[in-house]
Amino acid sequence: MDKFGIHSGKAAPLRRSNVDTDQIIPAEFLKRITRTGFADGLFHAWRTDPLFFINHEDHSDATVLIAGPDFGTGSSREHAVWALQDHGIRVVVSSRFADIFRSNAGKNGLLPALVDQDVVEHLWKLVEEVPGIEVEVDLHNQEIRAGDYAADFHVDDHVRFRMLHGLDDIDITMEHNAAIEEYEASRPDFLPTTM
Amino acid sequence: MAATMAEKVWNAHVISEPGEGQPDLLYIDLHLIHEVTSPQAFEAMRLSGRRVRRPDLTLATEDHNVPTTDIDKPIADETSRLQLDALRTNCAEFGVPIYSLGNDEQGIVHVVGPQLGLTQPGMTVVCGDSHTSTHGAFGALAFGIGTSEVEHVLATQTLHLKPFRTMSITVEGERPAGVTAKDVILAIIARIGTGGGQGHVIEYRGSVIESLSMEERMTVCNMSIEAGARAGMIAPDNVTFDYLKGRDHAPVGEEWNEAVAYWSSLRTDDGAQFDTEVTIDASELTPFVTWGTNPGQGAPLGNSVPSPEDFETEAEQQAARNALEYMGLTAGQPIRDIEVDTVFVGSCTNGRIEDLREVAQVLEERSVADSVRMLIVPGSVRVKRQAEEEGLDRVFVKAGAQWREAGCSMCLAMNPDKLAPKERAASTSNRNFEGRQGPGGRTHLVSPAVAAATAVAGRLAAPADLEVRN
Ligand code: SF4
Repeated sequence: MDKFGIHSGKAAPLRRSNVDTDQIIPAEFLKRITRTGFADGLFHAWRTDPLFFINHEDHSDATVLIAGPDFGTGSSREHAVWALQDHGIRVVVSSRFADIFRSNAGKNGLLPALVDQDVVEHLWKLVEEVPGIEVEVDLHNQEIRAGDYAADFHVDDHVRFRMLHGLDDIDITMEHNAAIEEYEASRPDFLPTTM
Repeated sequence: MAATMAEKVWNAHVISEPGEGQPDLLYIDLHLIHEVTSPQAFEAMRLSGRRVRRPDLTLATEDHNVPTTDIDKPIADETSRLQLDALRTNCAEFGVPIYSLGNDEQGIVHVVGPQLGLTQPGMTVVCGDSHTSTHGAFGALAFGIGTSEVEHVLATQTLHLKPFRTMSITVEGERPAGVTAKDVILAIIARIGTGGGQGHVIEYRGSVIESLSMEERMTVCNMSIEAGARAGMIAPDNVTFDYLKGRDHAPVGEEWNEAVAYWSSLRTDDGAQFDTEVTIDASELTPFVTWGTNPGQGAPLGNSVPSPEDFETEAEQQAARNALEYMGLTAGQPIRDIEVDTVFVGSCTNGRIEDLREVAQVLEERSVADSVRMLIVPGSVRVKRQAEEEGLDRVFVKAGAQWREAGCSMCLAMNPDKLAPKERAASTSNRNFEGRQGPGGRTHLVSPAVAAATAVAGRLAAPADLEVRN
């Protein structure tokens, strides 16, 4: 995983609440068996709308997505995160994320930046009024900046730590291998096995 | 200190507590796998030269992509075939047991685990699938995970997690006649909303919940995720133990007694505190259906389609307007007047033997309306065999329904069973999102009983309506 410190890029407004993972990447696009190549399916149903951010000259190359509340609800598909990343999105800003989406995003290095809804409203206005404005997302200080505007965001400490250091989860866990073995030895015999 | 059931199960699986602000490291007792969310996990394992730590706590089955007709023929869709092939190759390479298409134990992952007795009280169960919450019906802590977590569990049999908050939903009173488990959970979601359970594990309690059969409990827990919760749980009791006894992977002899003693200790202690508590009076319950495009947009079958103005917040009003437009409905139209093109019975919510019995009871001596196509899809090969042994398949076919092979089928648009644009379905599945059952398709979530009555009437109906109109 790449280290994430301060990211600057254009932002795109997604003025919708409850954007579920079926909207982010419909099931018909899930059949790939690799982690890349999902960008074409991203927001598939909305892509035909000429005003949708992907088709908008100021927002098509945005790397920061400003979304309405309850982003990423529904199915646990991690493809939603890969599709956003494949399109170039590095940060999603919202006032509420579905839990699984938030955890999937953090694990893949897509920053789920949690803010109050009035910050979302403010950023929406800003990026619509100032075309192509540069947004800076600072993970060290947990701050989003755009022009004169600055707002704090929240991210889980654990996710922040790993993203700042670009660490792989499995390596971190295997440092506890002795404890895992000890736990395994103490599991009751009545527990089932699949074989 | 008094603890909730979820806290007890959690605590029994903590390997180490890495300290303030850091998540716990939790041991996973059972890891279920299907073809959609696992290939990239195995790909990453292979790239980093890792092995599956506990293949004996891992089980794969094929469900999302499998066709439900002509399963002896090669799979027509190339990408579907690719995913199934990848799962088979990966399982062979990493030594993971698999129930492939054609095997007697194949079926939807959340039907297969419980019917084999692999899902037991007090266990931690995960799968790269949000409806893993189904397994909580046994008093297991069961939740969906993403593909990176699938990889993590394959490699380490553990997960880093922060404790979930706890929520109790108590459904107290006597369940009115004609109200099914599906109606109970749809009413709960309509009450607390699709974000109402967010961050929580829900414990369903109260006399109505206790009166449910094991399969009905699975229907309720299955849809916990539709209320935004990570998991749903129901305390194990004699209903649970009776269901498990004698199943393939259930303990036997002295181990059975030990297990039952442990399972019985899992109930939430008197005086334990939940972070959130909700109470529902059973007398308010009635057959419930969805009219919108998320599972929280539901209403009693006897109501009319709501108007956006009925909702308080601007966001809800907008969501209702979008939903009505997508669904092709008009505010104020009686829900019972909504005509459907297709009826789908199946999925991990309602594809079990009791669901099929309920449908057969309604279809007996009746026929599916000419304007309706009805698909009945068993959740597993075992369910299929059992239904055929009981002669249910003959009732279905005689009534004019299609009797299919086991799989996820029309629950999601990943296999040949799909809705056409604007086609309207009454579906016993769990998600009515835009395009979920096929691009442009319109879904009304219903119970098996309502699905069957709807198939006969050609419009949304409950079995009681058929008697009145006959
Ligand atoms: S039946 Fe539907 S909800 Fe259940 S596992 Fe299959 S696709 Fe998912």
